[in-house]
Amino acid sequence: MTAGIRDKVAILGMGCTVFGEHWELDSNDLLLEAFRECLTDAGIEKGEIQAAWIGNHIDEVNIGKGGCYLANALHLPFIPVTRVENFCASGTEAFRGACYAVASGAYEIALAAGVEKLKDVGYGGLPDSPIFGQLSQFIAPNATAPGLFAQLATAYAAKYGVSMEKIKEAITHISWKSHQNGAKNPRAHLRRIASEEQIASSPFVAYPLGLFDCCGVSDGAAMAIVTTPEIARRIKPSQGPVLVKALQIAVSSGEEAIYHRWDGAHIMTTRVAAQRAYKEAGISNPREELDLIEVHDCFSITEMVTMEDLAISPPGKAPDDILNGFYDLDGELPCQSDGGLKCFGHPIGASGLRMLYEIYSQLLQRWPEERRVKNARLGLTHNLGGVPHQNVCSVAILGM
Amino acid sequence: MIGIISYAGYLPRYRLNRMNIFSAVGWLNQGLIMNAAGEKTVANFDEDAVSMATAAGRRCLQGYNPGELGALYFATTTAPYKERQCANIIAGALCAPEEIRSADFGGALKSSSSALLAALEFSKAHGDRQALVCAADCRLGKMGSLQEMVFGDGAAAVLVGSEKPIAIFKDSYSLSYDFVDQLRGANTIYNRQWEDRWVRDMGYEKFIPEAITGLCRQQGLKPSDFAKVIYPCYYGAARRNINKKLGLEPAQVEDDLLQESGDTGTAHPLLMLSKALEEASPGDKLLLVSYGSGCDALYFEVTPDIARFNDRKRFSDTLTRRAELDNYTKYLTWRDMVPVDLGLRGEEEQVTRWSMIWRSRKAIHGLQGSYCNKCGTQQYPPQRICVNPDCGAIDEMAPLNLSDKGGKIVSYTSDTLAATINPPAIYGHVDFNGGGRTMFEFTDCTLEDLQVGRPVEFTFRIKYYDPKRDTTFYFWKAVPATKEVP
Repeated sequence: MTAGIRDKVAILGMGCTVFGEHWELDSNDLLLEAFRECLTDAGIEKGEIQAAWIGNHIDEVNIGKGGCYLANALHLPFIPVTRVENFCASGTEAFRGACYAVASGAYEIALAAGVEKLKDVGYGGLPDSPIFGQLSQFIAPNATAPGLFAQLATAYAAKYGVSMEKIKEAITHISWKSHQNGAKNPRAHLRRIASEEQIASSPFVAYPLGLFDCCGVSDGAAMAIVTTPEIARRIKPSQGPVLVKALQIAVSSGEEAIYHRWDGAHIMTTRVAAQRAYKEAGISNPREELDLIEVHDCFSITEMVTMEDLAISPPGKAPDDILNGFYDLDGELPCQSDGGLKCFGHPIGASGLRMLYEIYSQLLQRWPEERRVKNARLGLTHNLGGVPHQNVCSVAILGM
Repeated sequence: MIGIISYAGYLPRYRLNRMNIFSAVGWLNQGLIMNAAGEKTVANFDEDAVSMATAAGRRCLQGYNPGELGALYFATTTAPYKERQCANIIAGALCAPEEIRSADFGGALKSSSSALLAALEFSKAHGDRQALVCAADCRLGKMGSLQEMVFGDGAAAVLVGSEKPIAIFKDSYSLSYDFVDQLRGANTIYNRQWEDRWVRDMGYEKFIPEAITGLCRQQGLKPSDFAKVIYPCYYGAARRNINKKLGLEPAQVEDDLLQESGDTGTAHPLLMLSKALEEASPGDKLLLVSYGSGCDALYFEVTPDIARFNDRKRFSDTLTRRAELDNYTKYLTWRDMVPVDLGLRGEEEQVTRWSMIWRSRKAIHGLQGSYCNKCGTQQYPPQRICVNPDCGAIDEMAPLNLSDKGGKIVSYTSDTLAATINPPAIYGHVDFNGGGRTMFEFTDCTLEDLQVGRPVEFTFRIKYYDPKRDTTFYFWKAVPATKEVP
């Protein structure tokens, strides 16, 4: 196995806007807001940034193609800027570009940004566009993201002999938990608690997912400035540094969509990326060793199967762990301490960096008592792009 | 001897009780109560003349090799295209060879019999090669019109050739008149008709007897010599008069299916023929008469080979496969008779890229996948590198038609967010029998009909309609099956 980048890159600073419906702000406003926080946190000047990556999914809305938008928005002085797109994992993809730039020794300080302006689409949910190449327009069903993820539930029920009622109970608890956590977070999009009854009885979007099983569709931006651990210690001797322990990505080979071996009840890429990340970070028992996780809960059912794909809950047992409160904020392994995609919101290109922002902030014990994960030393982000049968999964692990 | 070697009718699953129409539109035209008995067949939201003709064609070809077709003719008055041959879309879906003669017949309701005559003559002129005729219609009457009550949607197909015909073609007699009872201009959606009494007395009652007596004279036969006389005519009084005029006994006259399906236009003579063939005995003389812009009369004699089709799987099963469409506004929406709000999501661009379709035409219209000669894995869409992770062979693929394979449901959902004129959209992953997987939309069913592991069969349907470019595009969907597809 290749060496990976464990302990070769440190996060110097991060920024994240409030996620939500920013009717009055453009993408450049959101980027500037995240940038100001990030730059202040990093304690450097703009001119010290040597290269930048911007992650964004829907270029048709607001930022267009290429790297110019970010360079123009922040007036970055002729440094290399690259726009990356890898579905909903675009934010982590930008982070990967910046980390690799530093780890390779090509640059000492690099910026990773993510932004999305979904509220200019004109309707709820994500815009319909043929995301898998043009042939899909002619042969793939007229499907939406909730419908594609909802199928995890019917396949899971069939595979493990778990009733749809129990699955609904577990995913209801997931959304309940996100609302509990989101309500405590001033930057979250949805800041109200919701009762399990209210969640379970919300109208179906795609069977068995109801409205409350779907994440918020938001505007927002998030950013990270990364550097070498040496420079981080020099610039901020009293803090951390927060180190990148693992950064892995796995992309569907086409096997899930075409071959008949996948059970439809889990995400193959997550399993692969997680195992690679644990190996890179030197983790042998993630259930015991991880202190908090931020996963891609685009839909509650995604979070449920991800608990097994990350090898934290045993196969077929995620519903039990979830219902036992294992992943609650006061549970053994808090998941979505910031409210997750569900309540913090999901401005696609920014989400991966938002997850990293939460882990980074928790590791530095920056949050108030009521939502702090105590003694957090090791955290994981899981940023999934695409749909269960065709996707990009990135898993990052940050540690002190 | 040239004749019919196979046949099939196809009726869409949904039936609209005419009283439901009357409850909605009776206030517009109270006289419609006279025509409010029975039910009419309604094409599903994703069906049209092309898809229904394909369904009839597939049913007709069951047990036959589409590779042996020498000609394929499609008859309709409701083609989705004025220029672009629909017979070729159907041929693609049936996996017929590209070295065939194809033609669309239209303009008149008798165009199905014209196509059938052309097919019989083709077969005779080309060394008995097989020819398939598919006819379908999906005609519309305005809200509150007689046509809305009378017209049903349906299709039928007839395969002709010389190999063990079930009914030998003996003779024909044709009449052609520019007699305008019903008409629809080139830019019009709804039928218009002249006065009922004119249509009935000067149309049906004159031309059908004229055609029948013409053929009888030619053959030295009497109408009473026929076991079944098959002709469309939705005026009950006119049918009685015609029968009386010709001296036909009730048992001799094929039922016009008005109570079960309504008048299915171009398809109707062949649909009624499929019913007659299902009930025919060896030696029976059948007389098929079409009507519309004249008449064609075709005389067939049933052979002992008719025993091949004693399973009632060519007509009766399509009649009994039914579901009630209890919502008149759904009918209006499916047929685009009223504007509905699909939201902005329904306004997304659907550019049909024809050069791309051409490259993938067999995969799209024929549901052709690939079969790995090295490891035996079926895969769809066609691959060049085998998707089996334990194989990975490159360019070892053979083409494989998957449309008749059937499959099983792996996962499913019912999606209320997707923009469709028939929400919710239901779809899921399906494994083909024999291996390979793809995701399909499910149709002719509801969420309650779905479960993991349930067998499905595939059906050729409208994938989308792009109103901006007036483009109807077709692909395959999965229908839950009652038993496993063999």
